[in-house]
Amino acid sequence: MQRGLDRPGESHVLEAYEAAGGYRAIRKALGMSPEAIVDEVKKSGLRGRGGAGFPTGTKWSFIPRDSAKPRYLLCNSDESEPGTFKDRWLLENDPHLVLEGMMIAAVAIDSHLMFNYFRGEFTYPLARWRAAVEEAYRKGYLGKGIFGSDYDLELVTHYGAGAYIAGEETGMLESLEGKKAFPRNKPPFPAVEGLFRSPTLINNTETLATIPWIVENGADAYTQYGTEKSRGTKLWSCSGPIARPGVYELEMGYDLMEFLEGDLGGMMEGVELKGIIPGGSSVPVLTPEECRGAKMDYEGLRERGSLVGSGGFIVIGDNMSAVDCLLNLAHFYAHESCGQCTPCREGCGWIEQLVEKILDGRGTQADLETILRVSDLMAGKTICALADAMAWPAVAFIKKYPQEFAALCAGPVDMEGLAEAVGRHDHILPKAS
Amino acid sequence: MAAFTMPDEAVRWVEATIARYPDRQAAMLPVLWAVQREKGWISPEAMVWVGDRLGCSASAVQAVVRFYTMFDEEPVGRWKLQVCRTLSCELMGARAIVDRIRERLGIEPGQTTSDGEFTLQEVECLASCGTAPMMQCNFKFYENLTPERIDALLDELRGRVPDHDDVEPVIYERPGADAYHAMFPRGAEAAPSGAAGEAGR
Ligand SMILES: Cc1cc2nc3c(=O)[nH]c(=O)nc-3n(C[C@H](O)[C@H](O)[C@H](O)COP(=O)(O)O)c2cc1C
Ligand code: SF4
Ligand code: FES
Repeated sequence: MQRGLDRPGESHVLEAYEAAGGYRAIRKALGMSPEAIVDEVKKSGLRGRGGAGFPTGTKWSFIPRDSAKPRYLLCNSDESEPGTFKDRWLLENDPHLVLEGMMIAAVAIDSHLMFNYFRGEFTYPLARWRAAVEEAYRKGYLGKGIFGSDYDLELVTHYGAGAYIAGEETGMLESLEGKKAFPRNKPPFPAVEGLFRSPTLINNTETLATIPWIVENGADAYTQYGTEKSRGTKLWSCSGPIARPGVYELEMGYDLMEFLEGDLGGMMEGVELKGIIPGGSSVPVLTPEECRGAKMDYEGLRERGSLVGSGGFIVIGDNMSAVDCLLNLAHFYAHESCGQCTPCREGCGWIEQLVEKILDGRGTQADLETILRVSDLMAGKTICALADAMAWPAVAFIKKYPQEFAALCAGPVDMEGLAEAVGRHDHILPKAS
Repeated sequence: MAAFTMPDEAVRWVEATIARYPDRQAAMLPVLWAVQREKGWISPEAMVWVGDRLGCSASAVQAVVRFYTMFDEEPVGRWKLQVCRTLSCELMGARAIVDRIRERLGIEPGQTTSDGEFTLQEVECLASCGTAPMMQCNFKFYENLTPERIDALLDELRGRVPDHDDVEPVIYERPGADAYHAMFPRGAEAAPSGAAGEAGR
């Protein structure tokens, strides 16, 4: 469904995009009622690909139609979740696909001004995007009366300056208003009160890039792919010591080990599999045993105690310790916490310090139990989900690799006692619903 | 205090950019970027200038500059080497990359060489995890790095003038298993607590 996958080389150019059938879906959408477009997206079962997996059509239907205020569409191209690089791929290789998806979403919510927010480091994707937008304006696909209709549609391309938290949707709103990217308390939700206090639809780049296919081929065709509850396909960004890393489009429900050993070519020579973080650094790690038989979709990964998240598939080899992995991530979250909520600000820093102490050989069992307790105090208790994104990996790494943590501690560790402590706090981890 | 000025062309760009937003202050980040591109960093005088353009105080501008990691409040080297340190890059040898730059340039992360040529920084995931380890150098990505490639690259950069419009990434061929293992001083046999201790930070 990502057209550029079949058209390497020139896929970013308008002519090539149209030759491959591009910009047919938006023409079709302009002839549909906005309600019909939203219905089609609802029926497709598409869920947000930015991390939270919220049903896309439902989100679109939350945008009030009778509001006197303008409605805005905002594409989230901030892509900063560690291990995730599929939006960058789309923006570089298929910018027109993203643009067409944005146009359709705008028409569906009757928006005449849309924004695409790029992370500040994306200079190359930005250059490709700008060239595509210019082509579209020149052709009359953007601006006054797009595609010869009476629908006016303008686009502003915005870019950040280095802040993971600007990827959180309400942090992004603040950032786009020219402020620090401090996430807002919800409600009000952005759909009701978003950018400049107007109704705002925020979707991830990949979510929007999926829209043209659905509108062109219909929801029924889309639901032929994937599983009962996880429809369609998803992009997976694959990294770590594997033979063939990169961006892969998979039908939902794909077998995880088949993917690793087949498509990805298995582990690099001389490295054994230690674990896989399947959905970006914020989701719990899976051990090789948990990976076996796992299905790559919303239910399948949840059943194994993890999540699809952003689809950042990070493969960890046996040449890096679980303690090092956790320290790496704790450093990331401590650095990126915006500091508004005490449990997150203090908790991320505290976990980082304790893991560092353990790596230094000065840690104790009590420190491990403190990490678990602090994580429990963070998850679900803050303005945004960054605190959960720290708490989940912390509990998961200790739960699944306790020997590695214990081996580095200064004193003896009572493994049974540690397991009991894990048992008191692992209720925060995702589980089958 | 010397008056802060921007070239006419940049001022026109700034005004046109502000006009595209429903609210002046919304142009904050693009306008700060325009200043940093022009001057290399954002001085207190620049913050006053930006505040005047956007209709907000210089202290509001400063709060934003401090919040976003890509803005510099001090001059940096001609080449700003920002090595990704996050998980996928560490798994692929990011520490060996940082170590080679530290040795070659004699600076620690956060420092600038005394000749003003290079600044070294460790940064978080840049969405190039599949071609790790990697770094951003000014506005350009270099992917699939090895210590040897760092050696050659540093030599090349010394003789070059930065071109801000040259943004196309340089993606080297992925290192083979031998080159990969060479980046981990103690190798796989030290697992499970392999990278702990002296091999690391
Ligand atoms: C800390 C944090 C960082 C996030 N970063 C991103 C991001 O970089 N890109 C993204 O699309 N969504 C990100 N999200 C999710 C957004 O808040 C939001 O759910 C998403 O953009 C909605 O789009 P979707 O429904 O199409 O997935 C982040 C969320 C959190 C809590
Ligand atoms: S949870 Fe953390 S990142 Fe999110 S708003 Fe609170 S302090 Fe900021
Ligand atoms: S972890 Fe380095 S680019 Fe993603």
